[in-house]
Amino acid sequence: MDNHKRKRKSENWLTAVMLAPTFLWFLFMLILPLVVILVFSFGERAAVGGYAGGFTFEHYANLSSRLKAFQNTMTIAPLGTLLCLLVAYPLAYYLALRVSKKFKLILLVLVIVPFWTSLLVRTYAWIFILGGRGIPTLLEFIGFEDVSLINTQGAVLIGIVYGYLPLMVFPIFVSLEKLDRRLLEASNDLGASPLKTFWQVTLPLSMPGIATGCMLVFILLMGEFLIPAFLGGGKVYFIGNALVDLFLQSRNWPFGAAISVTLVAIMLITVTFYMRMLNSKTGRDESLM
Amino acid sequence: MNKNNNDKPITATKFMKELHRYRKGSISRRHFLGVTGLGTAMAVIGTAMPSLYSNQANAFGDVGDRLIFATWPNYQNQVNLDEYTELTGAHIQVNAFGSNEEMLAKLQAGGTGWDVFVPTNYTISNYVELGLIQELDLSRIPNYDASANNPKFSDPATVNGKVYCVPKNWGTTGFIVNSNKVTSQPKSWKDFFDATMGKASGHTILHDYQLTTIGAALCALGYSFNSIDAKELGEAEALLIKSKPHLFAITSDYQPGMRSEDAWLSICWNGDGTQLKNDMPEMQYVIASDGGEIWSDFYAIPTDAPHLDAAYAFINFMQDPYVQARDAAVHGYAPTDARAIALQPDSLANDPILHPALELMNGLEFGAAQTMTDPIRAEVMARFKSA
Repeated sequence: MDNHKRKRKSENWLTAVMLAPTFLWFLFMLILPLVVILVFSFGERAAVGGYAGGFTFEHYANLSSRLKAFQNTMTIAPLGTLLCLLVAYPLAYYLALRVSKKFKLILLVLVIVPFWTSLLVRTYAWIFILGGRGIPTLLEFIGFEDVSLINTQGAVLIGIVYGYLPLMVFPIFVSLEKLDRRLLEASNDLGASPLKTFWQVTLPLSMPGIATGCMLVFILLMGEFLIPAFLGGGKVYFIGNALVDLFLQSRNWPFGAAISVTLVAIMLITVTFYMRMLNSKTGRDESLM
Repeated sequence: MNKNNNDKPITATKFMKELHRYRKGSISRRHFLGVTGLGTAMAVIGTAMPSLYSNQANAFGDVGDRLIFATWPNYQNQVNLDEYTELTGAHIQVNAFGSNEEMLAKLQAGGTGWDVFVPTNYTISNYVELGLIQELDLSRIPNYDASANNPKFSDPATVNGKVYCVPKNWGTTGFIVNSNKVTSQPKSWKDFFDATMGKASGHTILHDYQLTTIGAALCALGYSFNSIDAKELGEAEALLIKSKPHLFAITSDYQPGMRSEDAWLSICWNGDGTQLKNDMPEMQYVIASDGGEIWSDFYAIPTDAPHLDAAYAFINFMQDPYVQARDAAVHGYAPTDARAIALQPDSLANDPILHPALELMNGLEFGAAQTMTDPIRAEVMARFKSA
């Protein structure tokens, strides 16, 4: 009895030791910074910029001055996620179900290759592709004059689809890859058209991949600032850009902190709803996380 | 991308011409060595054979193996940086920034690790007040010659009688116009905004920088470039927001847009004006008749610079007139140092963009310290961008 107890105690102790690094990591790298941000958000901007103590709600009251940035983020992030999905799904489908084993690996590597260079460099390259000497010049040859691409919402969306595509392709690819082909055959045997098979078998079974991909892309897009800054020319302004400006240009840390806290709150609410909706649709057993 | 005149070998005819000019006594020996590249050649030979170069080499001593240099994009000649590393053994890590506010933000947050950085005139008193930069020991910068510098440009380095930095270059902030696309010949900021909201709609770039963008709008309205008056700033904000739908972009990286002819007008620093005009003759740099900025940049050392010896050695090296002239040949901004200007080829030393006629500059203002920290200006810029 005594021995047993002691063993249990040492096991608890071992568990604590094993979890300690993770715990400390989360404490110092996640919880504490969030607490600092929360505290800052109620403070005052120091005379020359930065943070001065105090307790005020003025920054939260002033949130409406960044309404446009919230609106842009809240419309372009979901739209970008949807476009990413529409482009990624056929690609993932092709990779998982249509390509021969021989080429599959090569094609998968090709999807990852862009990740080997910084997103900053690749996005900068798009400035020239979408700029006046790029695609618009080609369009002129086939009769479309005066097309302006760069520094529009469209350019930002192109950049988003380009930059985030692999994050969407891989989860969908994985869920399609492990799909039981016999189900497709059964559906066919039972007289379903290929389209119906897709809608009723393939698509529902790939939902976990779609959901994970959408979540990854959406969450990252909510904080995006680089693509709108480069391809939106400072005219397509996200919350991420507002934060960069507040911390690095006008040095209004408390207001920046208040916007960060608001953004985190919006994300928490959105993601909670999203998870609820998915869980009620797919049922507990196929819940994602 | 950049033209580096000093790195191109001189032609035989040009060499003989310079030799004759030198013989006649119409140019100095230093100028002769500078333009022909012989000075550089000797310096390079000297580096390869340290005994020939002992004076300079000794002057550097052991400065450690690293220097972190925070500066602006397209603002130094890589050849100079490489030569410094060769002479001292200290490797340079360059961090480039797009605005003084961003540099201040980094220094305020602390832990930058910078040894030398390049602030603009109007920021220096703020840095001193905040204790972010240190007083310089000029005896460690013998290459700096205060008397060769125009006090108009070097004065902001002295705060409360103490010298905190030494000058680098000076220039003006005006605008660049593609004269093939915009034929109305805008001369003032008022013309600039009229064209933006008129025939050039969709083709104008404003800087992502409060000082110049708000300053341009203020000048167009007939106010001071430096105003921090709430009412005047309110009008400037209204003008900026009204022009926003007509803009091509809000960015300080305006060369790509101008080069691709997506943009026809942009707020512009004169060195970039030279770089653009060199490649596209239709580009015209304009000092606006209703005002604008005149500025000078400096080398300064942050209070907590980790490699102080390397920092002093670097600043001293960069103050050498040859080194300055070689720098200017790449970035196109005018040195503040008369000794360096004397070494510049005539095409640069007499360039109307780099050394504009004095009467053109009458309406220009140096940036004022309070524009950097003024909360209203900061918020006007932020609201304009998020509008």
